[in-house]
Amino acid sequence: MRHGPSRGGPRPANDSQWTLEGRQDARRLAPGLPPLPSGTHVPSLWPMLRALLGRWRSSLRLLRPAHVEADRAKISVSQLGHRYGNKVVALKDVDLNVRSGEFVCLLGPSGCGKSTLLYALAGQVKPTGGAVSIDGRRITGPGPDRLLMFQEAALFPWLSVRGNVTFALAARGVPRKERRARAEQYIRRVQLQGFEDALPHQLSGGMKMRASLARALSVDPAVLLMDEPFGSLDAQTRIHMQEFLQSIWMRTHKTVVFVTHDVHEALMLGTRVVLMAPRPGRIVRDLEVHLPMPRHPDDAALMEMVRHVQGLLREVEQGSKPPEPPPVRVPPRPSPPTVHSVTESVRGP
Amino acid sequence: MKREGRWKGHAQKLGLVLLLLAAWEGLSRLGIWSPHLFPGPVTVAESLGRMTADGRLWEATLRSLGRLARAYLLSVAIGIPLGLLMARLAFFRNAVKPVVMGLQALPSICWLPLALLWFGLTDAAILFVVVMGSVLGIAIATEDAVNGVDPQLLRVASTLGVKGVRFQFGVLLPAALPGIVTGLKLGWSFAWRALLAGELLFVSGGLGQLLTIGRELMDVPQVMAVMVAIILIGITVDRVLFQTVEVRLRRRWGLEGAM
Repeated sequence: MRHGPSRGGPRPANDSQWTLEGRQDARRLAPGLPPLPSGTHVPSLWPMLRALLGRWRSSLRLLRPAHVEADRAKISVSQLGHRYGNKVVALKDVDLNVRSGEFVCLLGPSGCGKSTLLYALAGQVKPTGGAVSIDGRRITGPGPDRLLMFQEAALFPWLSVRGNVTFALAARGVPRKERRARAEQYIRRVQLQGFEDALPHQLSGGMKMRASLARALSVDPAVLLMDEPFGSLDAQTRIHMQEFLQSIWMRTHKTVVFVTHDVHEALMLGTRVVLMAPRPGRIVRDLEVHLPMPRHPDDAALMEMVRHVQGLLREVEQGSKPPEPPPVRVPPRPSPPTVHSVTESVRGP
Repeated sequence: MKREGRWKGHAQKLGLVLLLLAAWEGLSRLGIWSPHLFPGPVTVAESLGRMTADGRLWEATLRSLGRLARAYLLSVAIGIPLGLLMARLAFFRNAVKPVVMGLQALPSICWLPLALLWFGLTDAAILFVVVMGSVLGIAIATEDAVNGVDPQLLRVASTLGVKGVRFQFGVLLPAALPGIVTGLKLGWSFAWRALLAGELLFVSGGLGQLLTIGRELMDVPQVMAVMVAIILIGITVDRVLFQTVEVRLRRRWGLEGAM
């Protein structure tokens, strides 16, 4: 519904202006104001200036390449590589540094290794090359400082909402007396009060996800890792959950790494968007999103950025389309890669 | 509407039972076979009433069920941990499981001669046969249930840092419980069969002995009455006990789509 057909359509004609490099050049040349387009009739100067200013803001300042040094990072990924069964290269030479308090979205078509990267951060996957560390310590397995959330709510079906939260608290060694109060607090935070004693199968999809979020937040991990957590929800609930997650993030400022293939979702939520490409899985762009929060899903600047990032993704796809002498055998894809990835990056699975 | 459907089902079931009873009664009254060898349901019911009244049936039933309960509890106590171990530990999976599968192929009553030699004509012999009949089935079903646990739940447990005893009893066991209960039900029916086979083969009191006595006295109504009693006990335990537990469990676990 919010993905209109126009977004999948042809890109604007002034193509070069949309690439990031072109814009940076423009900024370097005219640091004060953007150049006025020639040949336009000027009815009144101020509204036009303002419109231009808005344009300048959105296209130049809102998406900036991110540079984070490894020594200032909370999560540091260096030269990460992973092969499945020694054949399919899921990740190759991935470097990523995440500061504390950042909301990083890993964005890309399926097969780009974004989930593998996330699972490596969670310690669920042992990468075949490179290193992942958090606060300078190597990650060797799941730890109490990180928590992974899945596409499904994955609640324990035999426990009530409260039971799920207190069970997680018990596993983290929270004293019995504190558990109930803390569970209550987080259930209230995800607005599930009144459903404390409900069993998971009695809840709707969105409510299950919120219960799962309450369970994740209650153990207070330093880093929250989310693997397309809203991928299985309907569009309406999904927007709801995005706004909801944003409000929670604004309050807690947890470090979040969020995997998605929905461009709009990534730009809606992230303070940083990391674009990845497949074959082999790698990072192609690392952009900071300078759009104030809370963000509105229909915000014009947001929509413009979505178009821009979709263009970038398409470029990446086309760039990697002719697989020059393939070193490894890649499983056949059901449809031409371009069409496949565009529809995929716009819509859910 | 659902309720209506259930009543309709009950009515159909009852109707068929009445029809069968009527056919049975009619067949016996035709006099094709001697009424001593083919009594009608009325005669059988009279015999059943007589045995109930003089307490023979109660005594035998209590004796049989007492044995069954002891043997079954023992089977559960051995079978579930054995199943868990087979699912979780490589040694048990690689070495013990083939042995269990092999022994499972042996009908439980085949253990009786060995049991009689080892334990003599005692209750222990029967208990041994019953345990051998049900423990392996329970272990295999438990192993199956644990292996079938949703891997997502195991990943959640690992990311939440649930380990050790809390993991075994807080995640693995409850997640596998619906499957384990199905295994317990299966184990119970194995045990019930093994028990009656054992009781028939050597005289020791219990329902099996009542059957044997009926045969020796040429008392066909008694034989049939005891058969009816065995069927009724079997149905009661299976439907009332296990069915209820299973349905409740599945509903709570959200497996029945009950909203």
